[in-house]
Order: sequence, then C-alpha cells, then structure tokens
Amino acid sequence: MVTEYKEGSVGAELGQREFKVVGTRPPRPDGVDKVTGRALFGADLTAPGMLHATILRSPHAHAKIVSIDTSAALAMDGVKAVVTSDDFVKQGGSGNQDTLDNCMARGKVFYDGHAVVAVAATSVMVANAALKLIKVEYEILPHETDVDAAMLDSAPVLHAGRKFRNIPEGNNANVSGFWEFGHGDIDEGFAKADIIVERSFKTAATHQGYIEPHATLATMGPDGRGEIWVSTQGHYMVRDLSAAFVGMETSQLRVTAAEIGGGFGGKTTVYLEPVALALSKKSGRPVKMVMTREEVFRASGPTTSSSTDVKIGMTKDGRITAGQAKPRYQGGAYPNITAMLGAMTAFASYDLEAVQTQAWNVLTNRPKQAAYRAPGAPMAIYTVESVIDELCQKLDLDPIEVRLMNAAKKGTLSSYGPTFDEIGLVATLEAAKAHPHYAAPLGPNQGRGVSCGFWFNFAGNTSVSMGINEDGTVSVIEGNPDIGGSRASISMMAAEELGIPFDKVRTIVGDTNSIGFNDVTDGSRVTFSVGLATIKAARAAIQNMCGRAAQVWGIDADAVDWVDGAAVPTGHNAGEFPPMTLAEIAADSAKTGGPIAGHHEVNADGAGVSFGVHLVDVEVDPETGFTEIKRYTVFQDAGKAIHPDYVEGQMQGGAVQGIGWALNEEYIYGEDGKLQNAGFLDYRIPVASDLPMIDAVILEIPNPGHPYGVRGVGETGIVPPLAAVANGVSHAAGVRMSELPMSPPRILAAIDGAK
Amino acid sequence: MRFESPDTIEQAVELLNTCDGISRLLAGGTDVLVQLRLALVEPDLIVDIKNIAGMRNITAEDGGFRIGAAVSGAEMGEHEGLVALWPGVVEAMELVGSTQVQGRATLAGNLCNASPAADSVPAMVVANAVARIVGPNGTRDCPVIDIPVGPSKTSLAKGEVITSIYLPARPDNSGDAYLRFIPRTEMDIAVSSAGVNLTIDSAGVVTQAQVSLGAVAPTVLVVDDAAKAIIGTKLDDDAISALQAACSAACNPIDDKRGTVEFRTKTAGVMAKRAALIAYSRAGGSK
Amino acid sequence: MSKIHVSTSINGDAVEYLCDPSETLLDVLRNRVGLTGAKEGCGSGDCGACSVELDGRLVCSCLVLAAEAEGKEVSTVEGMADGEKLHVLQQKILDHAALQCGVCTPGILVAAKALLEKNPDPTETEVRYWLAGNLCRCTGYDKIIRAVMDAAAEMRGA
Repeated sequence: MVTEYKEGSVGAELGQREFKVVGTRPPRPDGVDKVTGRALFGADLTAPGMLHATILRSPHAHAKIVSIDTSAALAMDGVKAVVTSDDFVKQGGSGNQDTLDNCMARGKVFYDGHAVVAVAATSVMVANAALKLIKVEYEILPHETDVDAAMLDSAPVLHAGRKFRNIPEGNNANVSGFWEFGHGDIDEGFAKADIIVERSFKTAATHQGYIEPHATLATMGPDGRGEIWVSTQGHYMVRDLSAAFVGMETSQLRVTAAEIGGGFGGKTTVYLEPVALALSKKSGRPVKMVMTREEVFRASGPTTSSSTDVKIGMTKDGRITAGQAKPRYQGGAYPNITAMLGAMTAFASYDLEAVQTQAWNVLTNRPKQAAYRAPGAPMAIYTVESVIDELCQKLDLDPIEVRLMNAAKKGTLSSYGPTFDEIGLVATLEAAKAHPHYAAPLGPNQGRGVSCGFWFNFAGNTSVSMGINEDGTVSVIEGNPDIGGSRASISMMAAEELGIPFDKVRTIVGDTNSIGFNDVTDGSRVTFSVGLATIKAARAAIQNMCGRAAQVWGIDADAVDWVDGAAVPTGHNAGEFPPMTLAEIAADSAKTGGPIAGHHEVNADGAGVSFGVHLVDVEVDPETGFTEIKRYTVFQDAGKAIHPDYVEGQMQGGAVQGIGWALNEEYIYGEDGKLQNAGFLDYRIPVASDLPMIDAVILEIPNPGHPYGVRGVGETGIVPPLAAVANGVSHAAGVRMSELPMSPPRILAAIDGAK
Repeated sequence: MRFESPDTIEQAVELLNTCDGISRLLAGGTDVLVQLRLALVEPDLIVDIKNIAGMRNITAEDGGFRIGAAVSGAEMGEHEGLVALWPGVVEAMELVGSTQVQGRATLAGNLCNASPAADSVPAMVVANAVARIVGPNGTRDCPVIDIPVGPSKTSLAKGEVITSIYLPARPDNSGDAYLRFIPRTEMDIAVSSAGVNLTIDSAGVVTQAQVSLGAVAPTVLVVDDAAKAIIGTKLDDDAISALQAACSAACNPIDDKRGTVEFRTKTAGVMAKRAALIAYSRAGGSK
Repeated sequence: MSKIHVSTSINGDAVEYLCDPSETLLDVLRNRVGLTGAKEGCGSGDCGACSVELDGRLVCSCLVLAAEAEGKEVSTVEGMADGEKLHVLQQKILDHAALQCGVCTPGILVAAKALLEKNPDPTETEVRYWLAGNLCRCTGYDKIIRAVMDAAAEMRGA
C-alpha cells in the first residue's frame, strides 16, 4: 500500500494551512476521454484534403551531401511537394539554426537517421514510394559515436568553430562546452580523508521512450496564415520555431496542443512541425506527419551518454572531506548544456567543505540529444552515489547514516553555488531510515541499494486566464500541455483559492492565440508555475468579486473579504450582510459591471529544489547475471502534494524509467555508426512483469516560493534509481558495478571476472 | 501486393507455385506483418491459410497430437490434452511474444520463420516433432529439425506448405521442458535456450533423453553428448555438470546486440541444466 | 492497385470497408473507420497500444491485415462502455489514477478485459505477465495493476 508521511513540524504557517480541495484525489477531468478512446492525440486528427508526408533519412553516420535530386519523386503520381533544407529560412542564433539543421540536414548529415528530404503525397504509401526515387549523393566521412573516443586528437571533427564556452587547452574541436563548479580547497579536503575512492563510470544513452511517436498536422494557406495540431510539451515553442523556420510572423501561426502520449523531455523541441508546415505551404494542403517507432529512436533525441571520473574522500566516521567529479557527456552532433547540469547536480545532496566538478560536452555522430527527465542529473548522481556506497561498504558504515551526516540542509552552500533555503533531504532520509523496508531481511543473492537524488525544478514564463461564468462555474485556460494530470491539479488550486468545489472548475490547455506566452512543459515547472499563476489569477478575480459585493452592499471594497467561496464584510464595522457567494456575484455580473475574469502573467521564480531517496532490494542470478527487482520504495519531498495520486504516479514512473536505465536500456551502435536497436524489441524498457509494486512515500516540506508550498515532482524520481539499483546489484553480486546498463552479460562478466 | 485466402490446400499450393515474384504464407502473421511494416520484404502475394479446413484444429492421432498450421499459441495452451502430453513444447510456444502475439502466432510459423532463436523449435526437436508438408508433388512428412537450414532459410521447396506439426505419443514417465534466457521477463528474443526431453524408469534413472539448444548456432543444435551425460543417471550433480559442460562445449554462437559469445555459451549450459531438472520432475523423478 | 472489400463487425456494428492488401486492421480502424482509440506505438507488436479483440481473442491490430477481418468480430476500446456507463475496468482505471498520458490506456483496457474474461481471479503475477505486452512509460505499472485487480474483485462480486 502507498503510505503517506506528513512532516508537520516543518514549514511554519505554510505547513499549517488547512486545505479543502488540495490534497484530495478527485478523478482527472480528461479521464473519461482517455478510457473511452475519445481523447485526441497527435496522430488522431485528420483534415479535409490532407496529405501525408514522410522523410528520407541518412543511412550514414557522417557524410557530406554532395547533391540531392528529387525530380523523379516530384514527377510521381500523387506527390504534391518536396522540401529540403533549402526551403527553410536561415536562422540568426546558432541554437535555432542547430534545431533547424537537425530537422532537415544542411550540407552534411551527422548521424544515422538524420532527415534529408521530405515528401508530401496523397498517402503514406505513395510518399514512401517517392522517397525511393530520390537520389542523394553522399561523400562518406569518418564517424565517431563514443564520448571518450571523440575527445581524442585522432577523432573526426564534426563542426569547426562550435566551441561556445571557455574550453581549456588540450581539448579537440569536438569539445563544445566546458563548465566548472565548486568551492573550498579540494587538495586540502582529500588530505583530511582517511580513505579515498576513485572510480570511472560509463552510462549509455537512453531514450525517453514515450509510447506515442511524434505526430503533427499542419496547414498553411496562400494568405500566409497557418495552423499546427501537434503532440508537444510546448506549443508556444513549436509556434515560435516553426514560424521562424518557414519565415512567417509568429501571430500568423496558431498552434494547438493535442493530448500528448508521453514526453519526458523528448517533446521539448521540433522535428516534424516546421517540415509539415513548409510542405503545406508548398502544396497548399494540410499535411500530416507521424514518425514510425524506428524514426523515433533513430532521429528524435535520446539523452546523453556519459563517461565520468569520480574521487571522494571520507573520514573513518563517515564525513565527506572532499568530492570531485569530472563528467564528459556526448549528446550528438550539436552543442548542448546537459553536461553542465550534470556537474551542477553531482554533489548537490551534500554539505561539503570542498567540492569540485568539471564537465565537458563532446560532439559525436549521434542524434541531437533532447531533455530527458532531470537531464544530466541521473548519470552524474549515479557516479557520486556509487562511490559513497563503496566508501560506506569499505568503512562498514550505514549508508543512510552517512548520507544524513553529510546531507545538505537549509543554509548549506550548494555544490553549484546557491545557498539552500528550506529543503527536504534530511526528512526524506529519516523517513527512509525509519521505513520497514530498510530493516527487512534479505535473502540469498540479494542486495539492498540506497541513493539520494536531486533536481533543481524550473519555474519560468507562465500565463493563466480564468472566466467566472454566470452559473457560478469557472473556466480556466492555461498554456502548458498536460503530460501527467496537470489539468486536475490546476483546477484543484483554482477551486481551493476561489473556495468552490473541484467540479465547478474546468481547465483547458488553450492554443497559442488564447492567452499570453508560456514556456515549455519542462523542468517540473507546471504544477508550480501554472499553479502559482492560477492562484494569482483567482485572487485577481476575487478582488473583482469583492468589489462587486461592495458595490451591491454600498460599502468600501476594502471592507470586503473572501471566505469559503463568498464575499463577506470584513467585520461588524463594515456592515451586516450575509455572505454573497461566487455564484450569486456571477449571476448578477451583467448588472454590476460586466463579465468577471482573472488573469496572471509572470516569469515565475522560486521553484524550490527537490530531493528524493530510493531504497531497492534486488536479486542477482549468479549463473546468468539476471537482476530481479524484489522491492522498491521511493521517498520524495513534494513540498505540497496537490493531487497525491499524480505525485505518487510521477515518483513511481520516474523510478521505473530509472530502473530501465540501470538494467537494460541502451543505444547500441555498430562499427558502422548505425543504431542497431531502433525498436521496442531490442530497446528494452521495463514491462509489467519485470517489476514489483513501487511504494511511494510523499513528504511535504513546503516550498516558501509557492503560495501552497508546491515543489515540482516530475523529475527527481528518475535520479536515484541508477545508483540505488547499481548499489543493490553490487552488493548482491559481490562485485562493484561501474557501467550502465547492468545488462546480464555485463553482470555475469563482472561476477566471473571477480572470481 | 495481392491477398488471397483460399479454401483448400491445393489452391494455396497452386497460388504459391505459380507466383513469379515474392510470396508469403500468412498464418498468425506475427512475423510477416513486422517484415511488411519495416519494408524488409515487399511480397507480390500473400496467401492466408486460415480458411483452409483443418488448419485451426488440434486432433488426437496415434497417441499424439496433430497441430494445424494456423493454431495459435494461446489455443495450444488451452488444450488440456496437449499440455499434459508435451508441456515443454506448449510452454516454449507460449514464450513467443506477448499475450497479443500468442493470440495469433503459430508453431508452424515459428518454425518457418527459421530464426536461430525461435523458442518452439528446440522444444519440438527434442519431442521428435514431424512437419506434414503439402506441395506441388503431393504430401510428405519431414522431421522438424530438418526444416530450418540457416537463419531465415528453410528446406521447403517452392509451393510447399506446412499444414500441420505432429507431436508423437511418448512413453510413461516422460517429461519435457524448455527454458530460454532473456534480459527482461517477457517480450524479448531468446539469447540462449534449451529444450530437454527425457524418460525415466521406475527407479528414477533416465533411460532416454534428448537435449537441444537454441540461439547459439545458425540452427537448433542437438547435443547428443549432453543427452549421454544424463542417460543412466538420476540427474545427480555430476551428471548435471556434465550435461551443462557438454552444452556449453557444443555452442557456436555469434556476438551481437543481444548477447556475447561468452554469455550465450555459458547461459546455454545453465538453461539446459535447469530445463533437465524440470523435465526430470515432470517425468515423475524426485531429487 | 485494386482494393479488397471487407464485411466485418466492429463493436457489434456491421461495417464494410475497402482496403489495400497491405493495410493493417489498425490502419483501417484509424484511417477508414474513424476509430482512433487503438494507437500505433510501434507497428511491430512490441507495445500493445493497438490491442483489440478479434473473434474474442486478444491481438495487436498492427499485426493483423485488414483483409483478414472478413466475417470476423472486432472489439475495440470504443465498444467497452455501455452508453454512458463505463465498464468496471474503465472506472477502476480512473479511480486508481492509473493513467498519466493515457496513450497506452486503450490497449491496457482491451487487454485487461480479455484477461478477466478468461481468468476472473488473477494473481498480481498473472496480471503482470498478461499485460507484459502493453508498454506503459508513465506509471511504472503500479496503479494499473492495482486497478485491474480491483476491477476483477468487483466483477467477481457483482
């Protein structure tokens, strides 16, 4: 059973507030549509006269495009338009140009699967037949897909002149970024240690693995106006990039977010959308594009793979004296900052006197990485948490006690710079220590793993608008695609603030013309930021409603309060009037000044960092290297769980993605630089029979930056499993594992090697 | 592409025999449709054999069972007599794909796909299963082991169709089992696998045995040395170790994305050992 | 390319369509019949999002040719509810918050329904193995398994 743990003593008045709606578990508003098949996802919409488009992709890992001849394809019956990189507008900033070049290769192809030409035709079958008639002449170039090899002087250079950070001497042209964080005297710290462990780790690239492939439907008329229907985490982002790439003004493109079949960061950029729009522009007809699963794996962004050296010093009683991590990430052919996030998060769980992290981003011939749930953090924290576990093992210390001794808390100077405010790591560790799971006996060939995890959480640009309807109901428009139940939590916060029941509120995700700009649904920002904007929009509406009541009562607006969904006089001095409910005020709104609405636009701040601790029991078959997850418990600080079911769901889902990363998921490249496992058969995400129940224990240490204390909960859950499982396997197998995934051949080889 | 769904086997054979281009037989379709989707093959003709009489039947015959070429794995698993007689063959078939795939995938299809990692084939081989084949020159029976000749290649001639698989009668006190190694618990292709069929006497001594391995060579391996290692024993530890060693020694696998040579070689022996113990127990032996 | 005429039954309704020989049942359901509840997650039978029942047998509709549906009975997620009344499994998926993005949900529902028709009292392990071909990337399966077990209990009691 899922148990809830409430920490009543922390967070002062924030923790004391009594909620009526927040913290309950009402059914989600989009639920019935999703259990009946009515919900419309990216590939579910059609338009009259619609064409279908498919993409010709590079069969090479690295090649110069010498020429492209599309004449035979264009001449084919049923083919209506063809586009290449020539059909898009050159971009000013290098970031946007990279995104465009990734959508449609310009001059060079950088990875197996890189898009080269797109064809729109009357059917998918015709479009695919047309692709076969396209002649692309390539000049094949040497390639590299491994991060360490790409840093060698002998490695082929992908781009010249793409270094965008101060790169230390001695790094080749593939090193596009370098970052350094930390404080204290690292050498002095190591000198104080009784024991130092140094290890190198590798993690494979993994894919977000959303079940719904990328899909979009775009239409653009001769008047230069366009519409896009798309499965995305950010339709404003789709609008801005697509409009820029085809050379139209932002206002002329309206983008509507479909129901999204999973994203996990992988749908925070564009792949098909500008291409479909350009094809629609050329053909004058709506164009639908849907990736195959193979295309999703070959051409949409996996996360980075990594290679990291870690060194940690500890005293005999378990105090960390110094920590150093040097992560090197590759995220494909274009620069990215995931390595920086790895360097920032590696030691974020600890209160350290001396810490240093240095990170490198390296260009390789792989698909352009995309964000994947706490990007950069899982693999960095995996390395640090593995070494801490090894130190505990060597010193015969309890791994939770050691983590408690070193845990970051309020006032800790974090390893990446800021000083922490109210945070929940200690409470989370204490909860894990006290949980029956931690004391449960282990059987033969079993091991228990522990790991902490951290994620920053983002906030950012957010707009919310709400209308108070004459029947006393409320319509909320937000601008962030709902990937995990946010329409429920936003409705709950609106209902809470307005003092009305949950079922009186309906929240929708508006299109890009409905409300102001919104950042992408990422960084676990939505419940925090959209919630904050919703509460403030509700307060604006409340202020308006108090004014209406004051007007009716003939008293000063300042003399009216809002209590339990009704306007009331602030006290006897204000006058004696019965409460005027939201419904009563709304019903008379036409007589008191017209429609009542509230809106709020903000570049939010104060997201509040989040910590989690995972406990896992594994059993390793010593004859095959097979790992079974026997028991799993997640402890995480949610700040305030608006809808606990969905908070648990995020914790459980993150844990299982992390288990997949730890055990079996990996991008496998051949010598030829081609991806060998572009499908769910050989890219092995966890299936139902691989897992036990995932117990979720929610802690609530309120975030001072949010009116209800909310912290983002979406990403932290994927951070601890890598090390938790690795530590469990290392104990069960009797050998320290240092490479992910810990697939059976790798574990068996390690066991045999240790004999 | 043409789709045909003939009513008789003669029509099916005629269609296949007279097709000039690429043809594919459709029973469960769980391999053919994947090949179509990935454009690995673009057939000119698909012949669906499910409407042909007898193709979907399991019939008792001479103490064994004849399984029609379009019988799904799920239907096999629901047939009590078949499960009681050849539990290892049924469990091997039931390991192919998901529940959804089980609703369609067939024993004959798994055989004709000629994957070295096919789950049902090692189990059928140790069961001495026989395929009935109808072709332009009439009907013939062929041991299952002689059907696959290499990855994706069979010994079937043009126009020949497997119409059924026969699993023979077996002596009392017999048991069979199939095990495979996969990285997850489901949904994977075998990295190594083993089928064991054995008979014991009243004292629990193995009187006859067959051992086969899958996914460790281009076709299923029959490991006579492994069978010899347990015949005449009560599957004591030495016998089991000898069986395991014989199996590993027989392996001739490849390194690929699913497993290394070392891993396949080692786990094939482990699978054989464990399958032998299950088969022994099913035969009524106790250890 | 000449099309094939198919007469079939979908969720109890007589349906006729013309299809290309290479089209799958999933293609036809989604693109010709207008039932988009079944989803294409992989096209190779590895994800289960396209699950339907064909003559009462659980299958991936991406692994069935549309032409094969001639004379058969097809059941999809759209046929599960009885008018306004949700099937117990649909209700339990909602009650247990057993979906996040919801794209795997139609396939899970059809598969779970097939399970409970065959085995009204499955163990947790049986549910997990039966649903192993239905990938869900959001939930970690926990709440899905609980919802199916709870639905089974309620259906046994009813």
